[in-house]
Amino acid sequence: MSDETTTGDLVRTSPDGESLPERFENPGLPPHRARLADTDPAADKRAERTVVVLFGISVLGTIGALVAYFALPSDGSVASVRQTTLLLGLGLFLAMAGIGIAAVHWAKTLMSDHERSENRHPQRSSDETRAAAIEVLREGVTDSGIARRGVLKGAVVSALALAPLAIAVPLVGEVGGDWNVSKFRHTLWERGRRLAKDPSGEFIKASDVTIGSVFHVIPDGLREADHWIEEKAKAVVLLVRLDPRVLVEAEDRKDWSYEGIVAYSKICTHVGCPVALYEQQTHHLLCPCHQSTFDIADGAKVVFGPAKRPLPQLPITVDEEGYLVAQDDFNEPIGPSFWERLK
Amino acid sequence: MKAIAAHRHHRFVPAALLLLALLVTGAVYAAVVPGPASAAVMTTSDITAGQKLFTANCATCHGPSAEGRDGVPTLVGVGAASVDFQVSTGRMPMARNGPQAPATDPVFTTEQIAQLAAYVASLGAGPAVPSPEQVDPALGNAANGMALFRTNCAMCHGAIGAGGSLSEGKYAPRLGNSTPTQIYTAMLTGPQSMPVFNDANISPEEKRDIIAFLDAQLEGSPGGSDLGSVGPIAEALWVWVVGIGALIGAAVWIGAKSS
Repeated sequence: MSDETTTGDLVRTSPDGESLPERFENPGLPPHRARLADTDPAADKRAERTVVVLFGISVLGTIGALVAYFALPSDGSVASVRQTTLLLGLGLFLAMAGIGIAAVHWAKTLMSDHERSENRHPQRSSDETRAAAIEVLREGVTDSGIARRGVLKGAVVSALALAPLAIAVPLVGEVGGDWNVSKFRHTLWERGRRLAKDPSGEFIKASDVTIGSVFHVIPDGLREADHWIEEKAKAVVLLVRLDPRVLVEAEDRKDWSYEGIVAYSKICTHVGCPVALYEQQTHHLLCPCHQSTFDIADGAKVVFGPAKRPLPQLPITVDEEGYLVAQDDFNEPIGPSFWERLK
Repeated sequence: MKAIAAHRHHRFVPAALLLLALLVTGAVYAAVVPGPASAAVMTTSDITAGQKLFTANCATCHGPSAEGRDGVPTLVGVGAASVDFQVSTGRMPMARNGPQAPATDPVFTTEQIAQLAAYVASLGAGPAVPSPEQVDPALGNAANGMALFRTNCAMCHGAIGAGGSLSEGKYAPRLGNSTPTQIYTAMLTGPQSMPVFNDANISPEEKRDIIAFLDAQLEGSPGGSDLGSVGPIAEALWVWVVGIGALIGAAVWIGAKSS
């Protein structure tokens, strides 16, 4: 961009004194530059050889994959599966990439290098075409007679408006099965239901829960429940025995634990991930999704992270055989705080 | 020989033969049948040797009679299993204070660890070191082990035991380098941040199933590189940075003019 391209009266100058044009003009296409292979026969030969070698690599890759398939079949062990997959994949990669790279390199270096430019035509149609299109539409409206046949107009609008309901109503109606959202407030836990180990379903004796140990708990009879997986997702509980010296309990929850054994919902009150990373020295329960941390020794209150309320506590006691049982359901909805609004 | 043969009908011969047979049987039995595992026959001298090791290496923190103090647990009642885990993984003696004691090369020999364990076990009853049969992966059911691992272990140690992070610099270690005995004693004793999984929670057979599951993971991933087995974040990073990067590079190369 030198001086002769600056036209017009206003000529600005850049800080170092050079004159700048008022507005940049279309510089046009750069001059055509011949490729090395166009001018130098040796380079042309070299490019041809490169393409041949690349196709050759593809052939070798195909042969390699076939050899790997027939000569080194997998015997079912993990190591041989890994080896077979690796060799087949490598052969397939060479076979495909060799063809692709060779084709692109061939087109770039050896095929014709003519540059053409085509200008875009204007997008607006000509006036005659526009007038003709409007005439066709007008003819259609006149032909249908919709302007003078009022009943027909009403009928077509009604039919078009109602037809989607046949699809929409069953579709929306089936979302979530039913609209009884209050069931999210309740879990399988109820008075006297035994605590069982996940996944074996064996009952838990209070004496088996030693200090520092953690039990992952499901309600007894979970598998017999309708939609038991959904019920499990709501009812899972973490059971821990704490040293009575470190256990802090609210006045109204003193009888919710049994000899230092406390049970809390495993569903995070942030967005419902399973909270189960229990650090027994600090009594902290960590949620793996967003690092919400709950202090199990202090009513599962939130000590870190985005959760807003403590984990719901399951009131527990023992039955006459010494097995841990629930006193009742959770007294608040489990999981994300959204459900708390349903209370 | 002839003199002995001449007395073969002597009335003491049956008694002498019986005595000889008993001696041979006893000698063969003693030679063929292995003695009980060395850990099971810890003698008083082992306990004394263990006490010497304890006084020299552990008493600085745990106290001369292993009573512990603020921030240092008492070792009375932790049992031989706990000592075996902590010392054989090199976590104890602890080199420096930190969020948690890292696993390093063990300082003591197997025999010294057994002596230390015998001493600590003598202080108060606690879980014992499991027998080789209790931790043999070949005897466990890996499928059941997987179900148990998913429920009880995977949230911290990852789906196949590759480890994971906890809060404030603590972490759940990778399990691939642990011996079956160490995996067993860790569950039994709950070292550091890890909770205890006593035999009522996960039975000895179930513990062996978990060991079998972890042993099966040592064969590696059938699909090639496992990218550390730390989950979808590492895999997505690989796909986006390396995979998409390679595609962008290929697109730029296709569009570039040949020289």
